[in-house]
Amino acid sequence: MAITPPSERIWWKEPIAKIELIWIVVAFTWGLIMFFMMIYWHGAGEQNLSNEAYKTTALKFSQKAEAMIDEYTVREENGFPVVHPPPGSEVYLIARLWQWSPILELEKDQSYRLHLSSMDWQHGFSLQPVNINVQVHPGYDMVVTIKPDQAGEYGVVCNEYCGIGHHNMVGKIYVVD
Amino acid sequence: MANTTEFRTCPTTGLKVDLAAENLIKANAVAAIVFLAVGGLFGLLVALTRWPAVHFLPADWFYLALTAHGLDVLLVWIIFFEMAVLYFASAVLLGSRLAGPKWAWAGFGLMLVGAIITNIAVLRGQSSVMFTSYVPMMAEPPFYLGIILFAVGALIGCFVFFGTLVVAKQERTYQGSIPLVTFGALTAAIIAVFTIASGAIILIPTLLWSLGFVSYIDPLVYKTIWWGMGHSSQQINVSAHVAVWYAIAAMVFGAKPLSEKVSRMAFLMYILFLQLASAHHLLVEPGFSSEWKIFNTSYAMYLAVLGSMVHGMTVPGSIEAAQRARGLTKGMFEWLRKAPWSNPAFAGMFMSLVFFGFIGGISGVVMGTEQINLIMHNTLYVPGHFHGTVVAGTTLAFMAITYLLVPLIFRRELMFRKLAQWQPYVFGIGVAGISLFMMGAGTLGVSRRHWDMTFADAQLPFDYPAAAFLMMGLNGVFAVLATLGGIMFVVVVVGSVFFGRKLGRDEKPSYPEVPPQAAAVSHYGSSESLKIPGTVMLVGIFFVAFVLYYFVNWKYLSEIWPLS
Repeated sequence: MAITPPSERIWWKEPIAKIELIWIVVAFTWGLIMFFMMIYWHGAGEQNLSNEAYKTTALKFSQKAEAMIDEYTVREENGFPVVHPPPGSEVYLIARLWQWSPILELEKDQSYRLHLSSMDWQHGFSLQPVNINVQVHPGYDMVVTIKPDQAGEYGVVCNEYCGIGHHNMVGKIYVVD
Repeated sequence: MANTTEFRTCPTTGLKVDLAAENLIKANAVAAIVFLAVGGLFGLLVALTRWPAVHFLPADWFYLALTAHGLDVLLVWIIFFEMAVLYFASAVLLGSRLAGPKWAWAGFGLMLVGAIITNIAVLRGQSSVMFTSYVPMMAEPPFYLGIILFAVGALIGCFVFFGTLVVAKQERTYQGSIPLVTFGALTAAIIAVFTIASGAIILIPTLLWSLGFVSYIDPLVYKTIWWGMGHSSQQINVSAHVAVWYAIAAMVFGAKPLSEKVSRMAFLMYILFLQLASAHHLLVEPGFSSEWKIFNTSYAMYLAVLGSMVHGMTVPGSIEAAQRARGLTKGMFEWLRKAPWSNPAFAGMFMSLVFFGFIGGISGVVMGTEQINLIMHNTLYVPGHFHGTVVAGTTLAFMAITYLLVPLIFRRELMFRKLAQWQPYVFGIGVAGISLFMMGAGTLGVSRRHWDMTFADAQLPFDYPAAAFLMMGLNGVFAVLATLGGIMFVVVVVGSVFFGRKLGRDEKPSYPEVPPQAAAVSHYGSSESLKIPGTVMLVGIFFVAFVLYYFVNWKYLSEIWPLS
């Protein structure tokens, strides 16, 4: 029994039943398939993180973001600037207690280099209802190249707990034709 | 020392039981169940708050309750119970004296004091930083101090376990190799040492930081090492509850492992690869290469998953073989149909096996896939997954073996048998519902650790789809069911331990039925004639579900915005 020492003292020389062996081979092969699937997707899939990231500071990052906001703000909404940066440009989104700033207005089927960083604690960039979720750290500038493929109004929910105002931290991204 | 140790002989199993070990098992199990009750209550408050129609707690209390819930059940309940499992699997199963019972008591004391300190710190309201306490969010110093003390106590317990293995070997209390269950417990203890070391490396500087002696802790370094503790501690659970599955199969059916070699190799895979899982929490963070993510998140080509998939066949397979040897050979499933479904130890164990594999296991592998994590990270899918592993898997398995520990270790007749009989079903179905509906809500994007999914006070409006609200309502309903199952468990166990009829020195408990040693199946004949068609069918269903669900999620991923 499993609660007593093995009945065969030289248990490591006992033959393995065929059915167990088959399952081990199947499970191992499935593991390899899942492993290579991730590598395959880097070549063939369209949803990958580049892992491009830089050390930064709250001050440096917010200065870059402010420069973008100053140059490309098109209107205001609920006190937030709405920024329409040119396609292909560097776009900055600031996470801070408890706001995402600014509101971005992007063009459909155009690529943008989205920079994410936090001014204070950790936050979670959760783009809804597309359901893209990326962690945002203070001190790190993470670059994700995004290509919105559908026009509409999207919410940016914070999904990393960041204190008592966490549930009020909502941002917005517009995608226009 | 050895000659002062007092033993009794168990009338049911014939095992020699060191009374010091027995008392330690009792103390750790009781402490575990107290914290399960406390942590479970906090869990109910969390679920009632996330039930949109109820929205029970105010925001500050919600985050406090969620922090306490995570700590008390994910850490305190589980580790206390694991200490009981370690002492049981070493001293009791090997018929040995426990090495250094005074050290074991010191460890127990430290764990208890640590757990209480951290709980008080959380209840004071200034440490609602969640179980993970990600920097730079800061808790009060006692929050970290309590966890450190708790971990040191657990480490002492692990070394008492290792010491007992040495003592048993030297004093020749057993012949040949240690039993498989002890081997599984050894796996858990080795992983525990790694886990606690990781915790010390990161939490001691964090404590100094909260005291003002250290000025800066990098959030990514914190997260990487913290999850060396946080995720690995869940791997202790996996090893421990798999060992418990084998133990219950042996105690209820007299089941013998199909192959000692295969089952032990599967445990060895855990020791070698499970610790890489810190990466599961870092798949969408800045600063890691994809090579690093892919290798670590897959436990080096899914070798630890291979271990679990092997146990997934060998545990039910050993039960089927034992049942067939008893003559239950009709068709594919007579062995399972005529299994003792009214015995809560078996019912709990088997549901734990099924839920851990189908709900917790599959979702964990899918979510831990580098790119698929993008559509799941920090949504409710994550707690959905780990309620499948840690609650439907580990907690249910630990509850199941408690039904055997009460008569065998506490030496009390089990009370409220009808209640005990239904308990695993009520709790198991409740938890399975919690897991599935949280995963459903997560797929719809709902954030975890979030007080208000309506965003009523946010500066900018946003609405989750109506289906997400339905999911959270159902999650609440099933959480109430699981709580009911939890209360039933506490009533049965606490009632029996304190008020159950004391068993005489040589009296066998009447319930649950444990087969006499003579009925134990000692040999199944040659490996070529092994027949376990029912298990093969179950494993086949599992495999098909796994493959389909895996590729369905790649399909979901391919539909989101292109990212690079």
